[in-house]
Amino acid sequence: MLVKLSTRDEQLLDGQHGEAARMAMRILVRMAEVQDADEMMDVSQAHIDGCGLLSETGLEFAETLAAKGGKVSIPTTLNMGPLDLQNWRKFGVNEDFAAKAIRQAKAYTDMGCIPTWTCAPYQSYLTPRFGQQIAWGESNAICYANSVLGARTNRYGDFIDICAAITGRVPKCGLHLKQNRKGQILLRLVDIDSAIMHSNAFYAVLGHLIGSLAEDQIPVIEGLPVDVSGDQLKALCAAAASSGSVALFHAIGVTPEANTLEEAFQDKKPERIIDINLSDLQKSRADLSTAREGDKLDLVVLGCPHFSFDEFRELAWLLRAKTENGKTLHPDVQLVVISSQTSYALLQRSDFLDVLTDFGVKITLDTCIFHTPMVSPETKVIMTNSGKCAYYAPGQLAVQVAFGSMAECVDSAVKGCVCREEALG
Amino acid sequence: MTERILVGRPVVAGSAEGTALVSKEPLSFWGGCCPRTGEIIDRRHERSGANVTGRVFVFPQGKGSSTSSATLMESIKTGVAPAAIINLKVDPILALGSIVSDELYHKAVPIVILAEKDFYSIKEDDHLTVEPDGTVKVNTKS
Repeated sequence: MLVKLSTRDEQLLDGQHGEAARMAMRILVRMAEVQDADEMMDVSQAHIDGCGLLSETGLEFAETLAAKGGKVSIPTTLNMGPLDLQNWRKFGVNEDFAAKAIRQAKAYTDMGCIPTWTCAPYQSYLTPRFGQQIAWGESNAICYANSVLGARTNRYGDFIDICAAITGRVPKCGLHLKQNRKGQILLRLVDIDSAIMHSNAFYAVLGHLIGSLAEDQIPVIEGLPVDVSGDQLKALCAAAASSGSVALFHAIGVTPEANTLEEAFQDKKPERIIDINLSDLQKSRADLSTAREGDKLDLVVLGCPHFSFDEFRELAWLLRAKTENGKTLHPDVQLVVISSQTSYALLQRSDFLDVLTDFGVKITLDTCIFHTPMVSPETKVIMTNSGKCAYYAPGQLAVQVAFGSMAECVDSAVKGCVCREEALG
Repeated sequence: MTERILVGRPVVAGSAEGTALVSKEPLSFWGGCCPRTGEIIDRRHERSGANVTGRVFVFPQGKGSSTSSATLMESIKTGVAPAAIINLKVDPILALGSIVSDELYHKAVPIVILAEKDFYSIKEDDHLTVEPDGTVKVNTKS
């Protein structure tokens, strides 16, 4: 099928806007064919995921575009990168890796990207508007932008993100179009206690379950409390986009395209209706862990996606209570928090930074434990409050993982072993 | 040996052959398939531990991480990628990895979409030949 191109698209393809734009447009047009798009459309913001993983090919791709004179034509933020740019030496990252990571970072910033270096760009800078057409990478951010903000993006993978940023164009298809944003399956929360629905761990567990139920369909959730927080929705998005391909969900009365069931389904009927009860959630919670209760713990990781200021505050309060009770971090456990420069700047202006550092918390910025080599090979068991981290850690880091709430992570870090409440709460 | 001919849609066109590695479950390539060894490392996946290198990897669709495109491209460069991929549904992120590799290195992994009946007719270790027009020749032993 032939994609209809505008005059400017043709010029981009002919190299009239430079070699980098020509290469970017070639990739975009080939992807338009893959996705059965009739034509291309404008986007007004991009978020680059391709800057995260350090690989020979990814580095070559970025440096090739930069060397060919690639420049972004729309405001473009960067996902977390492969390096804590200021503190990488503290985390034992080797020089060779760091040198390449710095080259990759430079290629993207040379092309005009904004050095946000975060996987929670919606809590950082240039938050997209409702209805804004954008090209975002990073699965959790894609889900958040579509679902919570009501901006419109497809699931952009590494490398098409920068192509969209350079040209300002994407294939016109998928979630950019209103008719493709209607709910497909209805998930009803049945008899879940309000206290559970106000606990943070609930959202990672629910997200993990939703991802496996929905796969790539658009789920509509009925029964979420209206006062759900941004951090809770972030946890849901990250988990649902890991166990499944959820790029958009609606929550009745909560998310902007779902004031009513009729609106969420655009007056159509759900293809499936599934009731979710407490026992489904307990199973989902158990599925997030491969480590067992009582296992000796090596590392606690918080901040996947990147910690917000509110999450820093919640952690500081938990640690302050431990300190007041004479409890300290177990000497065999490392407690690492991953965050962005944006959240850290707020933390520095608060009373909490000392509470965290005095307790022995290590804070790493701009990166991610999956992309920077900071987890030592001796690390056998890790614990996290993130559904996404719990999903990927066993394969990506070759460790056993325990999922728990932030409070359970802190308790375990003090005791030196995995210890959780029996019930979700 | 009996040969069957299936007609699919070539998402990324190319020729390849190999034995089928079959799964009923979607997979995220990043966090799911190691770009240095080709091993399926998603420990929750039914084919965890299997190796995709040189096989025709038959699974419903990609999922999860948007870094899966980078992982597939890196796998192609390191020589551990599947010979071809056969899916039920188009995953733009996987297609992208193969297409960018084609643009940069002139090396792609062919990706073909088959109709449900044809997709599920392929069995583990069937010998498959993928043609640029999306034709898949299936040779089942015995």
